[in-house]
Amino acid sequence: MTIQIRYFASLREALGAGETLVLEPGAPALTVGALRDRLIARGDAYAEALARGRALRAALNQTMCAETAEIADGAEVAFFPPVTGG
Amino acid sequence: MSTTPARPRVAIQTEDFDLSAEVAALRAGDGAVGAVTTFIGTVRDRHAGQPDPDSASVSAMELEHYPGMTERAIEAMIDEALRRFDIRAARVVHRVGPLAIGDQIVLVAVSSMHRGESFQACEFLMDWLKSEAPFWKKETTAEGARWVDARVSDERALARWGIASTNASPAGTP
Repeated sequence: MTIQIRYFASLREALGAGETLVLEPGAPALTVGALRDRLIARGDAYAEALARGRALRAALNQTMCAETAEIADGAEVAFFPPVTGG
Repeated sequence: MSTTPARPRVAIQTEDFDLSAEVAALRAGDGAVGAVTTFIGTVRDRHAGQPDPDSASVSAMELEHYPGMTERAIEAMIDEALRRFDIRAARVVHRVGPLAIGDQIVLVAVSSMHRGESFQACEFLMDWLKSEAPFWKKETTAEGARWVDARVSDERALARWGIASTNASPAGTP
């Protein structure tokens, strides 16, 4: 299973624009929240930028989503801070 | 809607926009239009949270967006505005990249037969965009550049329309 991960704004500055994550074959379905935890577990910049104490938002396939959203193979998942346009 | 828009309803661009040209394009070919409401957001030299509200503290701004998602999100907002209000057409232009104090950032323009509907739809679109369209502002101040914090007041503005947002809310969401 392959997931495209993207970061924006302060998260992009801390972690880069994103990456392609390849999960082991047969891995159980992952939610957006579980992916966040998996990235946090890397420690260092990931643990800090994605920390549970921070208000972050997520999008699945370019639509705002809750962390309970399930990620399908080939999906694009983005993490970013609260939005501030306008 | 009887007319086909001559241009996309949403533009994300680095270039400036011309209000008169935008309004002319929005109205073009639609004889039923009796009202146009426009909103323009501009780059301010100060922000709400600064210690001295009367002094300039911001010297420049930079805007980032999520290419693809931003356009789709605003398209969906315009679809909803067309469902909720008796309007003829709507257009949103949002700039990204480096901007200077006084520059135009965003345009929301709505046409309708009567003024009430375009006033409402314009505010509805702007309120929704503030809390749900993926843009991020970075201000340059004397202390350096910093990302602008989201405001809970923007969520309250959106809640008036029956749309819940947890954009500015603290940890634990969504």
